[in-house]
Formats: sequence, C-alpha cells, structure tokens
Amino acid sequence: MNSSGSITRRRLLMALPLVGAGAVGAAFWKMLSGMQHGSFNPHDINAPVLNRPVPDFSLPGLAPSEGFGTQDLTSLKEPVLLNFFASWCIPCVAEMPTLMAFKDQLTMWGVAYKDKPDNAAAFLRHSGNPFARLGNDQQGRTGMDWGLSGVPETFLIGPGGVIRWHTAAPLTEDILRGSILPLAAKLKTP
Amino acid sequence: MITKPVPRSSAPPARRFFSRLAAGLLAAFCLLAVPLYGLAVDDPSEMLSDPRAEARAEAIGAQLRCLVCQNESIEDSSAGLARDLRRVVREHVAQGESNQQIMQWMVSRYGNFIRLKPALSLGTIMLWSMPALALLLGCGAAFFFYRRHAATPPPPPLSDDEKARLARLTGKDDRT
Amino acid sequence: MLSPELGHYALALACVLAAVQGILPLIGAHRRDPRLMALAPGLAIGQLIGLVTAFACLIHAAVTDDFSVQNVAANSAVAKPLLYKITGVWGNHEGSILLWALILGLCGAAVAAFGRNLPSALRARVIAVLGLVATGFELFCLTTSDPFARVWPAPMDGQGMNPLLQDPGLAFHPPILYTGYVGFAVPFAFAIAALIEGRVDAAWGRWVRPWAVAAWCFLTCGIAMGSWWSYYVLGWGGYWFWDPVENASLIPWLTGTALIHSAIVVEKREALKIWTVLLAIGTFSFSLSGTFLVRSGILNSVHAFANDPARGVFILGLLGLVIGGSLALFAYRAPSLTAGGLFAPVSREGALVLNNILLCSLCAVVLTGTMYPPFMSLLFDRTISVGKPFFDATTIPLALPLFIFMGFGPMLPWKRAQLWPVLNRLWLAAGLTVVATLVAIRQLSGVLPVLCAALAVWVIVSSATDIATRIQLFRGPVAASLHRLRGLPRAIIGTAIAHTGVGITVLGLAGMSQAQHRIVEVPIGSTQSLAGYEWTLTDVHSEPGPNYTAMVATIEIRRNGHVVTVLHPSKRSFNMQNQTTTDVAIHTNLLSDLYGVLGDSHGTDGHMTYVLRLHYNPLAPWMWLGALVMAFGGALSLSDRRVRVGAPRRATSPSTQGIAS
Repeated sequence: MNSSGSITRRRLLMALPLVGAGAVGAAFWKMLSGMQHGSFNPHDINAPVLNRPVPDFSLPGLAPSEGFGTQDLTSLKEPVLLNFFASWCIPCVAEMPTLMAFKDQLTMWGVAYKDKPDNAAAFLRHSGNPFARLGNDQQGRTGMDWGLSGVPETFLIGPGGVIRWHTAAPLTEDILRGSILPLAAKLKTP
Repeated sequence: MITKPVPRSSAPPARRFFSRLAAGLLAAFCLLAVPLYGLAVDDPSEMLSDPRAEARAEAIGAQLRCLVCQNESIEDSSAGLARDLRRVVREHVAQGESNQQIMQWMVSRYGNFIRLKPALSLGTIMLWSMPALALLLGCGAAFFFYRRHAATPPPPPLSDDEKARLARLTGKDDRT
Repeated sequence: MLSPELGHYALALACVLAAVQGILPLIGAHRRDPRLMALAPGLAIGQLIGLVTAFACLIHAAVTDDFSVQNVAANSAVAKPLLYKITGVWGNHEGSILLWALILGLCGAAVAAFGRNLPSALRARVIAVLGLVATGFELFCLTTSDPFARVWPAPMDGQGMNPLLQDPGLAFHPPILYTGYVGFAVPFAFAIAALIEGRVDAAWGRWVRPWAVAAWCFLTCGIAMGSWWSYYVLGWGGYWFWDPVENASLIPWLTGTALIHSAIVVEKREALKIWTVLLAIGTFSFSLSGTFLVRSGILNSVHAFANDPARGVFILGLLGLVIGGSLALFAYRAPSLTAGGLFAPVSREGALVLNNILLCSLCAVVLTGTMYPPFMSLLFDRTISVGKPFFDATTIPLALPLFIFMGFGPMLPWKRAQLWPVLNRLWLAAGLTVVATLVAIRQLSGVLPVLCAALAVWVIVSSATDIATRIQLFRGPVAASLHRLRGLPRAIIGTAIAHTGVGITVLGLAGMSQAQHRIVEVPIGSTQSLAGYEWTLTDVHSEPGPNYTAMVATIEIRRNGHVVTVLHPSKRSFNMQNQTTTDVAIHTNLLSDLYGVLGDSHGTDGHMTYVLRLHYNPLAPWMWLGALVMAFGGALSLSDRRVRVGAPRRATSPSTQGIAS
C-alpha cells in the first residue's frame, strides 16, 4: 500500500527514539568514565571563586600565630596556599603529612574551621604545623564568604590576593606536584 | 543527612560518624528507592519571633539547597552548614533585605548549585520551556498524524462475502 | 541442604535455562516448529525453580547466621530480629539483584501459566524475550554481584544493619516496588513479540493490558509505600522530595499510566498501535535505567557502581542491549504496522490521546528536571540544581488539565462524540465543583491548592456520575439500578474507582499544602497551641530497648479541654552503631494527622528543656489512601470477566482484521 519512499521516511521517524536513547547512552558512558578518571564530578558544587579577589574577612589568630585578613592576602608578593582544616575531620588529618612534606616549597596559611582552638592547636602539635600563619574561624562565617562547603578545602592565592586555584578534595602529592607547584612557580615570576 | 562521598567532611565528629556510616549503607538505601534525609529537629531559638519574617525566611530557605546533603533544602536539613545558612538567612531577613538580595548573597558565594529552582538563563531555557515544549510537541504530533490519517482514503466497501462473515462475527462478538 | 553452593549452582542453572528459553522458542516461532515453541513454558518454570532455590538458599544463609557468606556477614548480625534477617536479604546490592531476577522469573512463569489462550507463536516469543532479559540479569548477578561469595575466615558476627532500615514498612517496600518495575517487562516482551511478528491488533491490546495494569498496581502501591515511609520515619512531615530516586519511580509510573490508557484504544479501536508499542518499550526502559542509573552515582551522590567499574560497564552494556536492541527493532519494524481505526478529535479516543499527551509531557518534565544537572555539567561544565521548587512549579500546572479531562473523558462515546450531551450529564458534578471551590477558597490559602481541591472534587463526582448514569440511578427502581451495576463490566467500575483514587490523593495533597508546624523548646508541663489543639508535654522518661535506649515523651493533646489523644514520640540511641533515630508518634482520625517528634534535650537534671516538633497535617492519610484506591480500581478491572475468561481470539483470516475491531 505504501510506496518505498514513504516507508523510508516513516522508518527515519521511528528511528528517532533509538537516536535519542543512543545519545543519552553515550552521554552516560562519558559521565561514568569521567567519574572513574576523576575528570567529571556531577556533585561538585563549583563555588565561583576562581580568578576572584579574596573576600572581605578578618580572622583572629590561633596561638602561637596571629590572625590575618583580606589586607594580608592582597599585599602578598608571592603565592600562598590557603588550607581550611579541622581537627574533627578525618580527611584533614590524613592530608596533613602531605602538607608537611611540601611546606618548604610553598608558603602555606591555615584556617581552623569550626573547631575548638584547643583541639586545633593540639592537633597541629601532634601532626606538625605546616602553616606560616593560622586563623581561627570558629563560627564558620569566614568559610561562608569563601564559599566553603566542608573541609578540607584549599585555595591558591596569587600575588595581589586573587584566587587562582581551588579544590574541595583532600590534597595529594600528585595534585601538589602536578598542579599547584607549577602554577605557583608561574605566578611567582611575572 | 548524607554528606558527599568525596572524602571530606563538613560536620562535627558525631554527625560525621553517622554520615560515614550512612554513606556506607547508602547502597542499600538506594536499592530501597527511598531518600535518606536528616532528622531536622532543630534548635527553635534560631527562629525569628515575628511570624511573618519567619515565614519569609522559611520560604527563602526552601529555595536553597543544602550543600552537603543529597537533595534537601537548608530548611529540611540538620547538617551543620545548613543550620549556619539558616541563621544567615534569618539575620538578613531581620535586617530587612529583600529575597533577591539574600539569594544574591548566597549565589555569589556558592554559585548556582545552591538554587533549588534554577534561574532562567540561556543554559536553563530548555529546562524551563520543557512543559510548554512537550505539550506543543505532543499536540503537534497528534494533529499531524490525525491529518495524515484522515487524508488516507477510506477502505473500499465490503463485498457480500465479507458482509456475511461480518454478520456471523458480530453475532458472537462480546460487545462492550 | 540449602547451602550457598547449591544456591550458586541453582542460579547458574537458571541462567542457562533462561538463555535456552530466550533462544529456542524464538527459533521455533520463526520456523513454526511447534515442538520448539512448546519448550517455552517448561523452561520458564524451570528457570523460576532455579531462582526460587537460589533465593531460598540466600534466605537460609541469612536466617542461620552463616557469616561465611560475605553478603550475610556484611549485612546481618546474630542480634538482628528474624524478620529483618529475612528482609535484609534484599536490602543490599547483591540480594536485590537476585530479587529482581526472581521477580522477572515469576513474570515469565506467570505468562507460561496464564497465557494458555495466547497463540503459541506469540506466547513462545513473549516468554523468549523475558528469557533473554533474565539471562542478562542473571549473568550480571553471577559475574559481578555474586550473593553467594564466601569469605574466609568467616567472622564470628556480621556487621549488622542500619537501624533506620529495620522498619516493617521498608522491609516490604522493595519487593512491591520491584514487582511494579519488573512487571512492565511483560508488556515490553509483548511489544517485542508483536514487532517480531509484525502484527499488532485488538487481541494484542486485550492480552497486553492486564499485565500492564497488574504491574501498574504494584508500582502505585510501591511508590505510595515509599512516600509513606519517609513521612513516618524521617520525622519532619515531608512525603515527597523530588529526589532522583523518587523521580526514577515516578517516570515509569507516568508512562505506565499512559500505557494502560493507550492500550484501551488498541483493544477497542486498533488505533495508536505504534504509539502503544513504543510506550510499552519506553516504560520498561525507564524502569530499568531509572533504578540502575540512580545507583550509578551520576544522579545520586554516592558511588554505588562507580566503585566497581566492572559493574558500571556491565550494567550500561546490558541497558544498551535491552533498550537499544528493542528501539532498533522498533525503528525497523514499526513502520510496517498498519494504521488503525479512524476517530474524530472529540471522542473517547481523542480524550485518551490527550491523556497520553499530558502524562508524557509530565514525564518529560520530570525526566528533564532530573537529568538536567549532570548534562549541564557534562556539556557546558556548569553546575546547577533542580529541586522541589522547580518541580512544584512545573508539574502541578500540567497535571491540572489532566484532572479536568479525567472527569468527562470516560463518558465520551467512541469514534465521534458530541461534547454537549456529555457535559449536560455533568451539571451536578459541575455544581458540586463550584461549591467545593467556594469552600476551598475559604479554607485553603494559595491558588494552586484551591484549584487542586476543586478539580479533585470534580474528578470524584464525575466518576460517580459516570457509574450512576450507566446504571440509570434514580431513573427507576433502585433494585433495577443495582442489578445493572452487577451487570456492568468490572473494567468500567475499576476505571471509576481508580479515577476516584486520583481525586482522593489530590485532595490529600491540597490538604497537606495547608499543614502547620511548630518547633518549640519547652520544659515538662508546658503547653503549646497549634491548629486549635493544645499540646502539653507531660513527661519524658527513658526506656531500655533490645539494642537501644529510648527517651520517650508523653504529649497530651486537648481540644476544648477534652483529651483527644496522647502521643509518645521517642528518640532511640543505638549504642553499637553510635546512632540515634527518632520515632515519630502520629495520631490520625483519617481527616488529619497530629504528628509529634521529640528532638534534642538541653539543660541539667531538674531544669531540662526538650525540643519538640509538632505538626498538624490535614488530609495527610488521603494521599496514600488514594493510591490504595487507585490500585484497587486497577485490581478490580483485572478481575473483569473479559480478562479472566474472555480468551480473546484473533480474527481467523487477515481480511477480517479490519472488521473485528
């Protein structure tokens, strides 16, 4: 009854669901493989901090260090790694030896996030203190200004106080050697 | 109240322990096809005394996604950060800021992730137009097929032989 | 005895039988070889026996605390109550896949047992398709998710189970929900068989519809149970969160609902054939991909499969084979299916087409909203969230027209209808709807709740009117009407009841939009007022439980000085898991729920204060009651005489095909 031309046209129409499902399937495949390689994380909050000046804040110090604020970061001449941590956070505890291993190659500042000052100080005494300066964000309000969703979270601040790099995952040696140190070296030599 | 699976934490130790435990059991949970939510029985002292301001704060909070949970709003979550953000919302409401200003405060810090109701933009146009698009597409397709179908010539009239068979068949057919 | 090895062997046997079941009957149907086709039912039942044996072995291992089985060691413990030892079997990944396979096996055996009136080639093909799908799942089970894997050395005790999961509601929710999901495999298999045969006719529609309705009933109950569980366990009065996991069950429910309606058109008028086949494929595809992709870590934030790449790859490959294969077959064969009966836009068919358009639009919105964030992230590297406020704003306006047309759609005649005579019969319903609107405007705040309540009344009253008109109630002696009611096809009564159920659920949703709650921190003896009730905290004491300590509060609720009820919400601390759960107390009078939760306590002895969360939830029980009524309506239509003995026979010669619709 139907001519072969119209059958072909109908067949193309009926192939639409297949094409759609194929596209979605390919996308899922890409997502799954990206998740396994770490290149795709659909749950990353992606707080919009990159290439922005550091927010307005001022933190009290955590003994023995005195605190710091926006001014201290904007007047910087060399890059600083800013790490938010807490003594109650297990990944932070696990991350600390990595930071200690690199503390001579990079200036690091730390912020104790929603932690009792005594606990934070005891934790740093025990694990070693990689931080040149230490702030204490006991209420977590400064964390909010930085778009923090948890700890550990790490920022690389370039000269002039601009956020150049950010991660919400614990630091590893690979990340430090592969991403942070080269970027810091580039930022240092204008 | 489940924190994200990436190994970092955002909550005090007791809660952290629970969330880790819960994360481990989440596979089971997902199988059961139920969401895992926190028991957000919280400190009432954070509520505003003015009921209208409190209602406004709740309405804003219901639009803000808890950053460390699965899919809940900060009003529904008992995570520590959600509680802090609830407090911030109420502070801003008490200062008389508009809903838009408060939303702006949140988005400038946490990005669009925090809006449970995405803003209309070039990227979300497909999302927001979906109801109308699907409806139009459905009606259009129905109309198209109806027109084409109606245009096909009707089948030729029945022969006597077929009429006789029809009579036999309809006699037996159970009518509805 | 029922050893894990026997279970493993039985599972492997079932897998082999399923593969044979998937191949031989197909060849038989192709060559018209009755001997090969006749193998299908026996193979399906054999496969089921294997699966039942395997499942029994796993339950046996769990009940006898055989911690040498890794799955039992990881999910059970000696101290766990017997009920949860049994239900815990499907409360984990491996066990749930086995349950999934078992239900699929049950479906195949059910077609073998109840499909005697089917033409042998169609039956052979349907069973074969089910066998092919089952092979995939059983292979998945055997290769990547072996529930019978041993662990050496065997631990002395298992790791136990999350206390939150030890709940009767949650224990029986998965089997019912899975039966709904997997049940749609049967319409799917019918669709594939029809595509292979190249023939869809009225008889096909009549055969496939009961299976779709049965699956739909289970899915409806399963979704309602999940929603009810979150309402009474989670402790903050919520019932639906638009979570990806929930959406994954809603999407096949929406297309499944469209399917059971469009199949009516195929059955009665031989129209919408290609569309119905596509819906049958789509519904099962959504069931499959939904349940598996929420576990892939793409939608949910916990990587269940992503931790094990082999599982993710296997499951995506399986989905690709099942969905891609069936859609390719659809693209190849569907164009040759002949168009069916003509109908005017205003007709029963037209109303059902509209129903399908609206349901599928709803489905498209839910699907888009659920999938948008990962796709945004993948394609544009931008992060967004899509949550409850979006879904509330987009789905409710789409659902409202559905309710309007639900009222008079079932009353329209087939083929060509006049709108006026039908609307004329509905003046009473329209009048009552106006009254309901006025009442709702007084009682409810917000435009959408008022519209929902009014349209819910419209749906309920017009469904009743439909039945009343058919039995000519009040037009003669009541006895005669009752006699007519008995003679009315059950499918028609079932439709009216199911539609009434939708109305009841929507009324419940409208009522819940008016829920009130208060969070207070009070000492013992203090009284709060909420929604016209006086809530007094009279006592808090601690009570030991089997593996927890409970803090139990006593809240007396008075209205006008009379005690209405006493609530005992509690808080349980499980020492072993270092976890607390709240035990909500709910008093319902079927019109509203009084809902109390005990929160944290502060202060020292003598000066303690307690956080209480008090909810007044009007019409809350109606939401789930409506779902039960829907499922009951579906079940009633399944008991229709025409389904049971109707043994629809195909027209004997092709030339009669056009007539016998």
